[in-house]
Amino acid sequence: MSVASPAMEIRNPADPMLPRPAVIQAIRPEAAGIATYSLAFVDPADRDAYHFRPGQFNMLYLPGVGEVAISLSSDPAESQVLGHTVRYAGNVTRAIGRLKVGDMLGVRGPYGSHWPLEDAVGKNLIIVAGGIGLPPLRPVILSILSQRDAFGRVLLLYGARTPADLLYTREFGRWREAGIEVNISVDVADESWRGKVGVVPQLFYFVRMEHQNTLVLTCGPEIMMRFVIYEALARRIPKNAIYISMERNMKCAVGFCGHCQYGPNFICKQGPVFNYAAIEPFFGKEDF
Amino acid sequence: MPPNLPRVSASVALPKPALQQVFDNLRAAGFTLVGPTVRDGTIVLDEIARLDDLPVGWTDEQEPGRYRLKKTREAQYFNYGVGPHAWKQFLHPSCLRLFSVEKSNGSWVFRPPEEPPPRYAFVGVRACDVAAIGILDRVLLGGEFRDPHYARRRENVFALVVNCARVNPTCFCTSMKTGPRATTGFDLALTELPEIFLVAVGSDAGSEMLRDTPWEAATAFDLGRAARAMQDVERQVERQLKTDDLPRLLYDNLEHPHWDEVATRCLSCANCTLVCPTCFCTTVVDTSDLRGTKGERIRLADSCFNRDFSHVFGGNIRPNIRSRYRQWLSHKLASWIDQFGTSGCVGCGRCITWCPVGIEITEEVNALRGKAAK
Ligand SMILES: Cc1cc2nc3c(=O)[nH]c(=O)nc-3n(C[C@H](O)[C@H](O)[C@H](O)COP(=O)(O)OP(=O)(O)OC[C@H]3O[C@@H](n4cnc5c(N)ncnc54)[C@H](O)[C@@H]3O)c2cc1C
Ligand code: SF4
Ligand code: SF4
Repeated sequence: MSVASPAMEIRNPADPMLPRPAVIQAIRPEAAGIATYSLAFVDPADRDAYHFRPGQFNMLYLPGVGEVAISLSSDPAESQVLGHTVRYAGNVTRAIGRLKVGDMLGVRGPYGSHWPLEDAVGKNLIIVAGGIGLPPLRPVILSILSQRDAFGRVLLLYGARTPADLLYTREFGRWREAGIEVNISVDVADESWRGKVGVVPQLFYFVRMEHQNTLVLTCGPEIMMRFVIYEALARRIPKNAIYISMERNMKCAVGFCGHCQYGPNFICKQGPVFNYAAIEPFFGKEDF
Repeated sequence: MPPNLPRVSASVALPKPALQQVFDNLRAAGFTLVGPTVRDGTIVLDEIARLDDLPVGWTDEQEPGRYRLKKTREAQYFNYGVGPHAWKQFLHPSCLRLFSVEKSNGSWVFRPPEEPPPRYAFVGVRACDVAAIGILDRVLLGGEFRDPHYARRRENVFALVVNCARVNPTCFCTSMKTGPRATTGFDLALTELPEIFLVAVGSDAGSEMLRDTPWEAATAFDLGRAARAMQDVERQVERQLKTDDLPRLLYDNLEHPHWDEVATRCLSCANCTLVCPTCFCTTVVDTSDLRGTKGERIRLADSCFNRDFSHVFGGNIRPNIRSRYRQWLSHKLASWIDQFGTSGCVGCGRCITWCPVGIEITEEVNALRGKAAK
């Protein structure tokens, strides 16, 4: 066809916007209003074909309700059952909150870029998460656990608003045993809390880490990540050793809907995980 | 190719009434004809069948924020500029069912639409719009993922292109190097002369559609007249957009005070994105029956000027007009280049004409450049 002069294959491409049915195998409450959903595709062929990397996400679809981007929070080595830690926020996520084990939803993915785990081999890692920013980093931690010797020091700096909002607390013991230095703080303590109080970036004050050979991986509210970057740079960690995971409204996850644009990037394609050096000109620009 | 048909890349002369035979051939070949026709005081794109469906004897006047149709004395068929419609409404419909979903045996079954879309013959495509279709191709077919709905409409299109006979003060195709004459991307391309169409044949399919018409090889006289007419038209394009400092100009000036100034005029009405032939953004709505066992997912045209466009739970990334206009302009002229290797603007001027307050994309860039923080 002549108008189609650009050399593009256009015949019958697969439909990337069509979900595949999946069943909820388990629901594990994590904190008030947050639970982890273990999903398995109904079709064994879908299960076998599916592989993801830490930091990638799926689109979860509830017929008649809507679709949301949710990161994979489980171990990439076990991709038959896919973990998604969901915070009940608005319309769709609250409807997910009403589902029970055995209920179905639609899943498509995995989408987006991933944390640079290959580049991290032989290096130190500072993993910094705020609130619901930890789930997309959990696959990193679980991958490290299975090959702990491949990495240098691994620090987790994690914080939430209150002690009750902390995720995966029952796993911290195992993470510590495996040699991950887990540092926790909360913004607001209660009488039971014996740990640190303050915002996450302040956890940098309590750790010593050489700046060479160290990568920072961070996910959380943008304002938190801004201060994380500030603290990391202040410790002479170079810009291109800092990775951040971004969030924008997202409707399609395959670059068609235009919603998640971030300057030259689509969060769903070039992101959500970005090297800070690559997005520095845009990061933190007001209303961008 | 049978001897009674011209070869590809030939130019032939066609008596004007014979265009009806081309229409008939296209319809007989199974094409749905869509082209320009007068409705509601504008020239829109809609299904057509006959030559008198075309805007014969009409022309348009366009200026920033203004569009008027006018009768002319000559009975020209294509003596007007691009109207509010663009071909994206057929290729990338503003309302489309993505799939239906039904609960069956306890599991959800997702079904894509089965009925094949029409095979369209586009009549009267302008050079800038050929370029716009090329841009949509890159956006929706050129990446890792390809939009099957666009592909199914796009792969069968027949393009009957018309070179522009006149220029509106809103046009700046020469700056964007897209027009006013189409050099590629057509099956047939017409240049309208007083009593004939000079027809360039761009493909075998194009040649085939000249079957049973009284075409004749174009004479040197006809070719000369058409070339001169096109040169005249090209010279009439006055509006310009300097592009050599793009995309940097926009990236370097994201915090420029001029965005505040535009925001005092822009209504955030989204007209510009609706008329733009390359704006492709969409949203989705989901419907279901009362029992929740059946549903549909519908894709709708969306705009970065809509408030909800940048909604994230707990806030809005672009809560004001300043940030939305900046998003639009910097996407069109800067980030589009990084994303798709081409500008998002073809210089058709629609956004200038249809902006209710007459904001001119070209002037906004100039203002930014004039006051740019260097
Ligand atoms: C790459 C990525 C990974 C994410 N990972 C997780 C995760 O692991 N766990 C988790 O709880 N949340 C995650 N989110 C955020 C999650 O997508 C939103 O909380 C969710 O979309 C809110 O939808 P809602 O319908 O409940 O809220 P509403 O406020 O009713 O939102 C309406 C619609 O707007 C869009 N929207 C709203 N907020 C967001 C947002 N923050 N990001 C993208 N689109 C949004 C969605 O299309 C949503 O359906 C992630 C977002 C992105 C972009
Ligand atoms: S931005 Fe304006 S002039 Fe450029 S292609 Fe879109 S509508 Fe036409
Ligand atoms: S630039 Fe004009 S057409 Fe576009 S949103 Fe603003 S007022 Fe509407």
